[in-house]
Amino acid sequence: MPLYHNDDQAMLKDSVAPFVAEQAPVSHLRKLRDSADATGFSRDLWAQFTEMGLPGMLVPEAHGGLGMGHMEAGIVLEEIGRNLTPSPFLSTSVGAVAALAKAGGTQAGRWLPAIASGEAIVALAIDEGAKHRPDRIATTATRAGNGFRLDGKKSFVLHGHVADMSIVAAKTDGGVTLFAVPKDAKGLTADARRLVDSSLASHVTLDGVEVDSDAVIGEVDAGGDILDALLAATRTGAAAEMVGVGQGAMDMTVTYLKERKQFGKLIGEFQGLQHRAAHLYGEMEVARATVMKAQQLLDEGSEGAKLMVSVAKAKAGRAANLAVREGVQMHGGIGMTDEYDIGLYMKRDRALAEYMGDVHYHIDQVARMNGY
Amino acid sequence: MSDLDAFRAEVRAWLEANCPAEMREPIREEGDVCWGGRNWVFKNDAQKQWLEACAAKGYTVPDWPKAYGGAGLTPEQTKIFKQEMKRIHARSPLDSFGIWMLGPALLQFGTEEQKVQYLNPIARGEIRWCQGYSEPGSGSDLVSLQTFGEDKGDHWVVNGSKIWTSYADQADWIFCLVRTDKANKYQGITFMLFDMASKGVTTKPILLISGNSPFCETFFDDVEVPKTQFIGEINRGWDVAKYLLGHEREMISGGGAGGDMISIGGAFAKAFGKNAAGELDDPILRAEMAAFDVDVFAYRAMGERFMDMWKTGRAHPASSNMMKYVGTELNKRRHELVMSGGGSEALEWDSEETKGGARARGWLRTKANSIEGGTSEVMLNVIAKRILDLPGA
Repeated sequence: MPLYHNDDQAMLKDSVAPFVAEQAPVSHLRKLRDSADATGFSRDLWAQFTEMGLPGMLVPEAHGGLGMGHMEAGIVLEEIGRNLTPSPFLSTSVGAVAALAKAGGTQAGRWLPAIASGEAIVALAIDEGAKHRPDRIATTATRAGNGFRLDGKKSFVLHGHVADMSIVAAKTDGGVTLFAVPKDAKGLTADARRLVDSSLASHVTLDGVEVDSDAVIGEVDAGGDILDALLAATRTGAAAEMVGVGQGAMDMTVTYLKERKQFGKLIGEFQGLQHRAAHLYGEMEVARATVMKAQQLLDEGSEGAKLMVSVAKAKAGRAANLAVREGVQMHGGIGMTDEYDIGLYMKRDRALAEYMGDVHYHIDQVARMNGY
Repeated sequence: MSDLDAFRAEVRAWLEANCPAEMREPIREEGDVCWGGRNWVFKNDAQKQWLEACAAKGYTVPDWPKAYGGAGLTPEQTKIFKQEMKRIHARSPLDSFGIWMLGPALLQFGTEEQKVQYLNPIARGEIRWCQGYSEPGSGSDLVSLQTFGEDKGDHWVVNGSKIWTSYADQADWIFCLVRTDKANKYQGITFMLFDMASKGVTTKPILLISGNSPFCETFFDDVEVPKTQFIGEINRGWDVAKYLLGHEREMISGGGAGGDMISIGGAFAKAFGKNAAGELDDPILRAEMAAFDVDVFAYRAMGERFMDMWKTGRAHPASSNMMKYVGTELNKRRHELVMSGGGSEALEWDSEETKGGARARGWLRTKANSIEGGTSEVMLNVIAKRILDLPGA
């Protein structure tokens, strides 16, 4: 497979890009923020996403989805990133679907069609501290009656307060097990906090939450592979969204360089700024290629995917971070104002960089995978 | 089995039967690289045998048409061929400026007669070429070049000098930018080809900080060049030169910088030792090396995407400038880390254990990467103007 979008993918992009730009541009985010919206995204917009079949892109056709791949999901995520569109697409339609599809069984049958039809929002309850450390899960699941009793605290759970179901990673006797915990489960509380990018993420408490044994996603103690699938998909998706954020910031900045005059000249004429903009362009192109490679390897089910996913999250993290920092700096004073959009790009980048492992976490993973 | 699978099987069998074991070893010293040419002395029989086998099959230039010495492979087949070569760690049968630079320019701008005349010997490694671009007064600013060809009816008389002419002292022929119209800066340059054995051509190697002299000064003193030996149009050599520079950048960024782009950290774990967690026992260097590895794996993905897009005409024409910039800066960073990782051993300049200071010399050599073929600053200027469309000063 060549490393560019084929005709079908290019067509998808041609329909998704104008749709997101028209229906959910940055002003859409501002409106949600300024009205102190308590959901974190627009249900109306999600209904429009559903009309286009987007929530079920990765859902297998047998479960009512489109059976597409990460390359296609990445196209949507890049546009979401470029427009700073608040949406449960990444956690629900990418992360949760990857886990459920990998596991199969009862929970896949119950939730995948509901995701594809736009009815279900799913949250991913993985992290437990300020930093992403999925190998140190302390939440416990102990056998009780016909099922399990879950105890622990989760953090950085996007859409946790409104999700119809949360995928909870917990420690069991012989390993890690994933559970589908429905919204109304007794003992489950989600305390939503507004983040720097105006999104809402929850601290989730599981205080003796009782679930039946069929709440297990996949098999007991064998959640490691399913968790890996969830993480790989979500990390790659976050990287794709960051490419969109970085590209959006870079485009704004380059446009500004061509319009803004200082000392009687367009600032884009100054070589100092030209070189920095050109360097940024190179970094963004490399990041884009890397994310596409990770998507391609995931879609092929290749063994090399794990390495490239970490490379992509780290590289996209670095490149998008450069894009937003250069964006604010090159805009000068106006870049510091709330009224101007470039600062919002910096905020979203910060949140995505932290989600599912920051640059340092993934650089460390790359060292480990290479044996040092 | 699909056609491509069948092709892969065919290539695999051919390589198995024709690539000598000695040619599946990493390049260890300069003589391991086969440059060909009329004065070439093969290092061993295997090197000769490998070149001849590939040349006979068209595999020195797999994607060139068969009529010009290639194998006429499609882009997909070429990719498979390269993958299969890489799989057995096969050495390139022939390294050649003729293949990398002049060939693509001839395919684009040459007449049918010129293609047949020049491309076949290039494919067979019979003529070693050098490139006469830079001059003492014009490095990155090529259009300011002064070497002048005076019109004498059926020939030009060329006077002037070139600098940084790679391997000019070993080359058979030169492809050269010569000013043929002094009044017109851009449209006054002709792209000429001539024999380095012509009367009036002299070369002088330049000793570099690496202790090697891959580059020469080249002097032209009333050199007679027949009027038939030019490519493209007279006074429009800049078009050919620009096209060729795109390929040179591809070569420098893809081959020169990308060729050994593998994980760097693992190589030094032994020298440093590992801590109880199995990590390289210098946390700061480990972090730097891992960050570098991320950039290397990322750049490889970019290289693949660039080639896929370039071959199908999807790439922006100036994207080779971006590849050159990113690749050469990365290669310099690699060699800084190699020196850190090597410690005092890497400082040795002439010991046998260090293969004559290979690491130190290699490190110094890479400093030229961001100068030759257009400096990094020129690459950034081109990206800014041609891709980002930023206003000119």
